[in-house]
Amino acid sequence: MAIEERKYGAYLCKGCGIGAALNFEELAKVIRKDGKIQHIREHDVLCSPEGLAMIQEDLKPEGEGINCLLIAACSPRTKYQEFDFPNVLVERVNLRELVAWTQEPNHPETQALAEDYCRMGAARIKKADLPEPYQTECDKTILVVGGGVTGLTAALEAANNGYQVVLVEKEAQLGGYAAKLYKATPSSYPYTSLQDPPVHALIAEVQAHPLIRVLTNTTIVQSEGEPGLLDVTVNTNGTEETIRIGSVVLATGFRPYDATKLSHLGYGLSPDVVTNFEFEELAKKGKIVRPSDGKAPESVAFIQCAGSRDPEHLPYCSDFCCLTSLKQALYVRQSNPEATAMILYKDIRTPGQTELFYKEVQSDPGVMLTKAEVTGVELAPGAKLRVKAKDTLLGANVAFEADMVVLATGLVPTTLDDPILNLTYRQGPGLPETENVRQPMTIPLAMEDARGAAMKAIQALEHVAAGVAVHPRAWDETFPDPFMQRCTQCKRCTEECPFGAIDEDEKGTPYFKINRCRRCGTCMGACPERIINFNDFSVDIIGSMLKSLDVPEIEDEDDPEAPFRFIGLVCENDAYPALDAAGWHRLRLNPYIRFIPLRCLGSFNLVWVSDALSRGIDGMILLACKSGEDYQCHFAKGSELAEYRLSKLSETLDKLGLEADRVQLVTVQISDFDRLPKILDDFVARVREIGPNPFKEF
Amino acid sequence: MNANDRKILVVGGGMSGLTAALEAAESGAQVIIAEKEPYLGGRVAQLHRYFPKLCPPTCGLEINFRRIRENPNITFYTMAEVTQVSGSAGNFDVTVTVRPRYVNDRCVACDACAQACPAWRSNDFNYGLDKTKAIYLPYDMAFPQKYVIDASACQEDCGQKCAEACQYDAIDLNMQPQTLNFQVGSIILAGGWDLYDISKVDYLGFGTVKNVITNMQMERLAASNGPTGGKILRPSDNQPPKKVAFVQCAGSRDENHLPYCSYICCMASLKQATYLREQDPEAEIYIFYIDLRTPGRYEQFMWKVRDDEGVKLIRGKVAKVEQEPGTDNVTVTAEDTLGGGKIKMTFDMVVLAVGMVPSTKAKPFPLPLSYTPEGFIIPELLPEGIVAVGTLKNPLDVMKSNEDATGAALKSLISLSRR
Repeated sequence: MAIEERKYGAYLCKGCGIGAALNFEELAKVIRKDGKIQHIREHDVLCSPEGLAMIQEDLKPEGEGINCLLIAACSPRTKYQEFDFPNVLVERVNLRELVAWTQEPNHPETQALAEDYCRMGAARIKKADLPEPYQTECDKTILVVGGGVTGLTAALEAANNGYQVVLVEKEAQLGGYAAKLYKATPSSYPYTSLQDPPVHALIAEVQAHPLIRVLTNTTIVQSEGEPGLLDVTVNTNGTEETIRIGSVVLATGFRPYDATKLSHLGYGLSPDVVTNFEFEELAKKGKIVRPSDGKAPESVAFIQCAGSRDPEHLPYCSDFCCLTSLKQALYVRQSNPEATAMILYKDIRTPGQTELFYKEVQSDPGVMLTKAEVTGVELAPGAKLRVKAKDTLLGANVAFEADMVVLATGLVPTTLDDPILNLTYRQGPGLPETENVRQPMTIPLAMEDARGAAMKAIQALEHVAAGVAVHPRAWDETFPDPFMQRCTQCKRCTEECPFGAIDEDEKGTPYFKINRCRRCGTCMGACPERIINFNDFSVDIIGSMLKSLDVPEIEDEDDPEAPFRFIGLVCENDAYPALDAAGWHRLRLNPYIRFIPLRCLGSFNLVWVSDALSRGIDGMILLACKSGEDYQCHFAKGSELAEYRLSKLSETLDKLGLEADRVQLVTVQISDFDRLPKILDDFVARVREIGPNPFKEF
Repeated sequence: MNANDRKILVVGGGMSGLTAALEAAESGAQVIIAEKEPYLGGRVAQLHRYFPKLCPPTCGLEINFRRIRENPNITFYTMAEVTQVSGSAGNFDVTVTVRPRYVNDRCVACDACAQACPAWRSNDFNYGLDKTKAIYLPYDMAFPQKYVIDASACQEDCGQKCAEACQYDAIDLNMQPQTLNFQVGSIILAGGWDLYDISKVDYLGFGTVKNVITNMQMERLAASNGPTGGKILRPSDNQPPKKVAFVQCAGSRDENHLPYCSYICCMASLKQATYLREQDPEAEIYIFYIDLRTPGRYEQFMWKVRDDEGVKLIRGKVAKVEQEPGTDNVTVTAEDTLGGGKIKMTFDMVVLAVGMVPSTKAKPFPLPLSYTPEGFIIPELLPEGIVAVGTLKNPLDVMKSNEDATGAALKSLISLSRR
C-alpha cells in the first residue's frame, strides 16, 4: 500500500545515554538540512508511554498527520512493540547500541557517526514504502508422494485439517515397507513388547477419508508451476492425468541397501544368509525356517551395520537396524524357544526410551549380544555358517557357528537415483518444497516428521494465498518486482537464486515464480542492471544511504584520527545482533564505520562498492555468515555468493588503481560480539596503511 | 464456534515451544506462550554451539524472536506458570500465575540498576559458575530485553538502590503475583528438560571432586557470553585444561538413576571435544563410553572427531572419579570392556555427560496425565486437545524436537478444527 501524501517526522530519543553522548542541536540541523525532514521532536525517554503519546499525537490526521516516522533511538531489535504504528512507515536509527553504547561520548567522531546514521535513515525512509502483498489464485490441494507410513500419516494429518489430498503410490498396495513387517518394535511405554505395525490402521483410515484421493500404481511424469499453482502429471497404469496442486510432501522413503554388495559378509554364499528385510518376510509367513532346507534354525547370528557406518558403502548409521535385530532376535526365540540368537554389533544404538526394549531383550538368556568387528562369513560343516570376528567382548579373535545369518542391512533414500517429482523447472541448490527423505529414521520418528511436513505444506499454501513469504521471513509481504524492460537476459538471477524461484521462458527471459521466493534478495544482489527490487529494500535504497554520508577531506593521512569513512554491510540476523550485543557489553567499536543491515549478504550488489568508492568512502567491510559445507546462511548460499562477487571485484578495483583490500568480507557469527572490536580495528588499520581513497578529491 | 476455537496455549517458551507456537501462529491460530523463566529460548539459549554444524543457537533463536516480533497472533508471558486447568478440548479454562518481575515494561536494559545493586546471586543461567547482581539481565541476548529481580537474593536493607538508580521508573518493588485466565481450544505442552542431579551418582564425584563439571557447564564455559568469556578454564584455578576426560552415560542407562538413554550426550561430548581442540591444538581428549550413539547422519560428525589425533574414544564404563591426592587433578577409573582389566588415568578436568530428565518429573502439569516412572508423558494417553512436544515424551535433540513441535502445531490445529 503506497503512502500517498508523505509527511515526515523525526523523533529523537535522549534516553539510555544517547542525550549525554551527543549534541542534539547539531543532530537536528543535519536532519533538517541533509535529511530534509523539518518536523523534528525530542524526548527524554521516547519509548515511555509519555514519549509514545507525543508521537501518537503527531500521527493524528487532524493534527500533523505524520505518516513516515524516523525514530532515532535504540536498535530496531528492541522496543519493537512500542515503535510499531499501523499503516505508518517507520525507520529506526540505532543511536544507542551503535553510537551511545559503543563510542566515546561527545567526541567529534561520535557526533559525526550519529549524524551519518540520521542521514542514512532519512535517505532510506524517503525511498521505502509499505508492502503490498503479491497474491495469485492458489489451489489448496496437497500432493503426497509415497504411500508408506510417512506418506499415509502426512496425508491423513493434512486431510484431517480440512485439506484435499492426492496420495500417489507407485506400487499396487499402500503401506510400503511398514506393511511388510511381521511386528513393529515398541513405540510406547513400557517399551517391552512387540506391537502390530501401525500401518494397517492408517491405510484403512486413509482409504475411508473423503478428502483423500488415493492413486496406486501411479508415478509422476512431470511437475511444473509454483506452489499454489503446480500442474502435476501422473501416470496410472498407462493413463496420464494432470492435476492442479498447491504444495507437495515428498515421502517416498527408502529402499534397502543392495545386499549383493555385501558379499564380504556372506551374502550370496548360502541361501541361509539373508537380509533383515528377507528375514522379516520369513517371519511374516509364520514359523521361521532356513531357506536352504526348510528346517527351523537352532541358532541365528545377526550382523549389525551391514553396509551402514562403512565409508565403502553407507557413510551413515541407518538408525533402525539395532532395534530391528533386537526385535528379530525375539522372533527367533518365540518361533523356537530352544533356539539362540546372537547379535554382533559395533555399538548398540537404542536411543531414548527404546533403551528399555534393549534391556528387555538383553534379559532373555537365549539372546546373546557382543561388540564385534565381523571379518568374514564362511560355510562350515554340518550345513552351518561360520561368522569370524575380532575385538569382541569374548576375545580378540573368535568364530561363531550358526544355522542362519541375518545381515542388518541399511537404508538408501529413494531420491538417491530417482528424481521422483520430475520437475520441469529449475531447482536451486535448496530443497524443493517439503521433504522428508532426508535421513534414516524409525517408524515413530518418521510419523512425527510426517506431521511436521504436512504442517509445512499447509503453511506454504496459506502463505501463498495471503501473499506472504514462507520461513525464514514468514511475515514478509514484500517481493522482488523486476523492471523487465531493462533485463539483458544475463541469467545471473536465475542461476544464483538459492531456491530455484526464477525460471527462464523459451526466449531466455527470466520468469519470477514469486510463490517459491524466500525474499532473501539474492537476485537483487546478482542483477548487474539493478532492476530487481523490493518495496522496502532495493539497490537504490542502499545506494542512496551510501551516498548520503558526509565524507570529510583528509588533511593529514598519517594522523591516526584522520576522518576516514567506511561502510559495513552486515547480515541483519547474525552480524547485526552481534553489534547490538557489543553495545550491551559496552565494547568500544571503531567509530569510522557506518553499518547497514542487509536481509542477507546474498543481496550485496557490486554497484554499492562503486557508489561508495566514487563518493570518496575509503573502504567497505562485509560481515557475513559462514559459507561452505557447514554454511550458516539462512538462505543457504547468500554469503557464498557475496564472496564470489567480491572475488570478481578485485580485478576491477586493481584496474582502477584501487587496492582490493579496501573491500573485505569477514565471517562473523551472532555470538561474536567479543571479536568485533578487533575485526573492525584491523580492517580500518589495513586501509589506513593503504591510504585515503584517491577519488576523495574529485 | 467461538473465539477460543482458534486459540492455543503453549506451555514452555524453549525451542520446542517457540517452534510449535510460531508454526501454529503462522498458520493463523491465536497463540499464548507461558514460559516459567524470565526469558524465552530455554536450554538452547545456554548452548555454545549446535551439533553437527557447530553454529551458535542464538542465530536460530534470533530468527524465531523476529518471527514473534512480526506476528500479531502471538502473545507471550515470562515468569508464568500454568497453575490450574479445567474443561476439555475446545474449551479449556486455564489459570496462569505470573511471578513478579519487579521490573516493568519501561525497562530499557541500561544496566544502571545492576551497577547500583549491592547484592549478589548465583547465576543459574551459567549453572552456578559465576554470580550476577540480584537485579540482572538473564543473558546478553535475552528476549525480552528486560531486567528482573531475584527477590530471594535482595538485601532488604540496601535502601532500594536499584529503584533509586533507575531513571525510567522501571522498578516496582511492590509488584504482586498476577493471576491470568485464558480460554483456549487446545494446549501444547513444551516444558522441556532439566539436567539430572548428577551429585546423586556419588562415584562420579560431582560437587565433591574439584574440576568435575557437567556437560551444560561446559557449554557455558565455551560460550563468548559465558562466565569466562568463552575461554574454557577449569574452575579450581582458572587454568586452561590440557587433558580432559568425558564420562558418557553419567546417570543415563543406569537402573539406579535414569534407565533410558538421553540421546544427545554422545553427540554433545563429541562436539565439546571440538571446543577444546579448537581452543588448544595440544589438548588431549578422552571420551569413555559404553556405546557411541550417533544415529543417522550424525555418524559423519563422529568420524570427523574420531579422526582427530587429539581425541581418543575409549570403550569403558567409568567406575570411579576421584581427586588425585595433593593436586586439583582428577583420576578416572574405568573398566575396559574390550581389553579387559582396569584403566586408571589422571586428567586436568572431567566433564560428565549428564542425562536429561523431563521437566514434568519435578513438576507434573496441573491436570491428571499419565507419566512413566521417570516423568515422561505417555502421549497415547493424553486427553483430547492436549499435545506434548519433544523431550517431555522422550529424550531428543533440537532438530528432532523441532520436527516434532511442527507436527504438534498441526495436531493442535486439527483438534481445534474438529470442534
